[in-house]
Amino acid sequence: MQWDIVIGLEIHVQLATKTKIFSGSSTAYGAEPNTQANAVDLAMPGTLPVPNEQAFRYAVMFGLAVNAEIERRSMFERKNYFYPDLPKGYQTTQLERPIVGPGFVDIDLPNGETKRVRIHHAHLEEDAGKSLHEDFHGMTGVDLNRAGTPLIEVVTEPDMNNAEEAVAFAKKLHSIVTSLGICDGDMSQGSMRFDVNISLKPRGSDTLGTRTETKNLNSFRFMEQAIAHEVERQMDILEDGGTIVQETRLYNGDRDESRSMRTKEEANDYRYFPCPDLLPVEIDDSFIEEARNSLPELPDARKARFMEQYGLNDYDAGLLSGDSKLATFFEEAASQGKDAKLVANWIQGEFSARLNAEEKSVADSPISGAQLGDLVVRIADNTISSAGAKKVFEALWSGENDSVDAIIDAKGLKQVSDTGALEAMVDEVLAGMPDQVAQYQNEEDPKKRKKMLGGFMGPLMKASKGQGNPKLFNEILVRKLGG
Amino acid sequence: MHNKSVAELSRDLDSGQVSSVELTQEFLDRIKREDSKYNSFITVTEEQALADARVADEQRAAGNATPWTGVPFAHKDIFCTNGVRTTCGSKMLENFVPPYDATVTANFREAGAVCLGKTNMDEFAMGSSNENSYFGAVTNPWGLSQGNKRVPGGSSGGSAAAVAARLIPAATATDTGGSIRQPAALCGVTGLKPTYGRVSRYGMIAFASSLDQGGTMARTAEDNALMLNVMAGFDPKDSTSIDREVPDYTATLNEPLKGLRIGLPREYFSDQLSPAMEQQVRNAVKEYEKLGATVKEVSLPNAKLAIAAYYVIAPAEASANLSRFDGVRYGYRCEDPKDLMDLYTRSRAEGFGEEVKRRILVGTYALSAGYFDAYYLKAQKVRRLIQQDFINAFKEVDVLMSPTTPSPAFIQGEKTSDPVTMYLEDVFTIAINLAGVPAMSVPAGFVDGLPVGLQIIGDYFSEARLLNAAHQFQQVTDWHQREPQ
Repeated sequence: MQWDIVIGLEIHVQLATKTKIFSGSSTAYGAEPNTQANAVDLAMPGTLPVPNEQAFRYAVMFGLAVNAEIERRSMFERKNYFYPDLPKGYQTTQLERPIVGPGFVDIDLPNGETKRVRIHHAHLEEDAGKSLHEDFHGMTGVDLNRAGTPLIEVVTEPDMNNAEEAVAFAKKLHSIVTSLGICDGDMSQGSMRFDVNISLKPRGSDTLGTRTETKNLNSFRFMEQAIAHEVERQMDILEDGGTIVQETRLYNGDRDESRSMRTKEEANDYRYFPCPDLLPVEIDDSFIEEARNSLPELPDARKARFMEQYGLNDYDAGLLSGDSKLATFFEEAASQGKDAKLVANWIQGEFSARLNAEEKSVADSPISGAQLGDLVVRIADNTISSAGAKKVFEALWSGENDSVDAIIDAKGLKQVSDTGALEAMVDEVLAGMPDQVAQYQNEEDPKKRKKMLGGFMGPLMKASKGQGNPKLFNEILVRKLGG
Repeated sequence: MHNKSVAELSRDLDSGQVSSVELTQEFLDRIKREDSKYNSFITVTEEQALADARVADEQRAAGNATPWTGVPFAHKDIFCTNGVRTTCGSKMLENFVPPYDATVTANFREAGAVCLGKTNMDEFAMGSSNENSYFGAVTNPWGLSQGNKRVPGGSSGGSAAAVAARLIPAATATDTGGSIRQPAALCGVTGLKPTYGRVSRYGMIAFASSLDQGGTMARTAEDNALMLNVMAGFDPKDSTSIDREVPDYTATLNEPLKGLRIGLPREYFSDQLSPAMEQQVRNAVKEYEKLGATVKEVSLPNAKLAIAAYYVIAPAEASANLSRFDGVRYGYRCEDPKDLMDLYTRSRAEGFGEEVKRRILVGTYALSAGYFDAYYLKAQKVRRLIQQDFINAFKEVDVLMSPTTPSPAFIQGEKTSDPVTMYLEDVFTIAINLAGVPAMSVPAGFVDGLPVGLQIIGDYFSEARLLNAAHQFQQVTDWHQREPQ
């Protein structure tokens, strides 16, 4: 049977506030365990939550960025369950009146089409601490530094139909929150975590199948793998005549395995009720307008501008506009010269390859956008060959502090583009290779001729001590050898 | 000296007639000598108190004293005190020493008052007789001469008994459903539950967050005013505290009561009230008429629903508020837990008393899937109706008056076997918490040698008027000066 895949996402986005959502503790990542947990975070008796205005501002900015209605009077509920890393025995979250109402995000599909994914709502809540099971000899360690970190949980409608769409949406959301500056986007530190709801239904059917939820995926790759894995698992069950159990599952990305965490019957009764320690939060027009005015350029607008301003094609503009840091890097580089397309190629080629190889983000790049721009200027004006450019790039990457021009000089990478000098070299080399010249001229097949041309380049580069402009050498050769 | 009010002691300290160290020592001696009869203190902080008294004497000498500088008082053991154990009457917190002060605690510290210790209470403020304390029941100073050990009321029974027995001139207290007013009534002292949000709840261990309110207990209305001057005010650490100017509550105590419009809620003078109690309350109202007040009957039509609504809302909130006592970070932890579930279940089963467990179960049930609408949501609707009752009543009158309790102090053990009978103790006080309005209990006579309390209820933020009404009454009566034998 043919199946339709139905996917909805829940995304936890850690907000980049300096302090926690209900206490004055720092939210910085990586501190010694329990050094960023004060009496409120530890749920000491008598302590009370005090809302952090910045978390509300960020949530409103997010709502505006996804075209959503902002709830003017949003409320907090308590979600009750016991767990050692949940100090109060309840999570303060939003249920009845989340701060961000229905909205939408448009995603670009590989086939060039645009798809609209609806946002059901997004709500503010506090993160839990961390339970550490390793290194405690059968016991569990609890680190409450993360407890109380503000999150928005974004809940989509089940509008995605395959892993590619889900990943495209996730990447777009990442791009939006990092562009807004409301989340650092660092997935390895858990700044964004994805829960995927998946169900299958017979192709064309209107009735949704039973869904499962796969929790806590913290990379786009794991998300894609987990979806593929779960779709296959469900398909196997359904095609064997079985039924899907509504359950929460955990996916192990390293082993490409998943297991059931709890079924619907085992699910907690969270006993939500309005938190009596927090008054309803009134959000007025001026607060919303202030947030609207503080919105930076969003990915969609930036992409359109990149196409318009730099003449990039849809694909390049999409790639370079998505990540705000990468976009800034590109603009710094492109502003040095006129050849934005060449800048785009270098960013997507050499630059990205090096970042990936060293598992670095744009922010960690040892090369600045301006430096890459300078380099591309020298490629475009034929000062250096692409081989020479790679040497300059290497030098910059390894931390050489000189300007691009100084490096070119120091390494003697400047190309000779003086046509007269180059012609003299060609004449000399051809004179020393009469057999090859004859062979070339007797060859009919243009492909073979082209290949034979390469045989002259080696001696030419040698004669020019590697500094001859290969493109000009090529032109002169073709002319002198007669077509 | 121990019969003097806070206002009088403050004047004596000011004139140099007595030092804070002397006063503190005298009250400490009284506690040491007398409290074995009452068990009104859980913790006495003798050394700290004497050290604080010495500092207070220096401040007086240096000329920067507040009315409270050097005056001894006590905190209900629900207010967190930095460095001094805070038990909330529970085994769960038997050894809990908070590293922070409640805002109320900090305010008294700043005012220079000398805290002598922490008073006994029903565990987690759940109770109306103080028989639910892990540290033992408190005995009412009244009735001992008749050979009976009577309850002081609860949950602030330790504060009320200590003030009535002259072990301390004043004590803080809290009121969720009557926990200040009912013990004040049964012990013959004056107590005030302020408007919800008037006094910060930060550091006050939560029972039912939307109902809990810190307040005052002393023998005179004037002393209650002096206490409220220290306690009231907006606190950025408590989002539910209200940012509204705090008047000097002593400034209006002597306003004449001529023209004061008193309402008597029909529903509070019902069958539940004994004729003898009713007579005392009506006599008190007559005093007010003599002072120029007018009296009319009013109605709080939904008052009869208050207990039912309260015993859904308060346990529901408590069930979540008490989840933090899980044996993980502080407080009681069972011996040798074999796994996490065992740690949770035994720590809580062993650390909490019966009444606390009962209310956690009731609250958990009321919030459970399938019951939430029928219980919790319904109770919240009733709560709004009750609020509206009070709003309507205060369109017609300035204050409402009623008995504080249906009967005087009962004998220990009399009601412990039947929780519902015990809950009815608060039949006249509970609606006030649901509405969030302020109310006082003022000594207004005796029945069978036991004190009777007059409840005075006011509109939101009318504490000054309540204190004024109580103070004027105390100028023409001496019920509040009677001392148990």
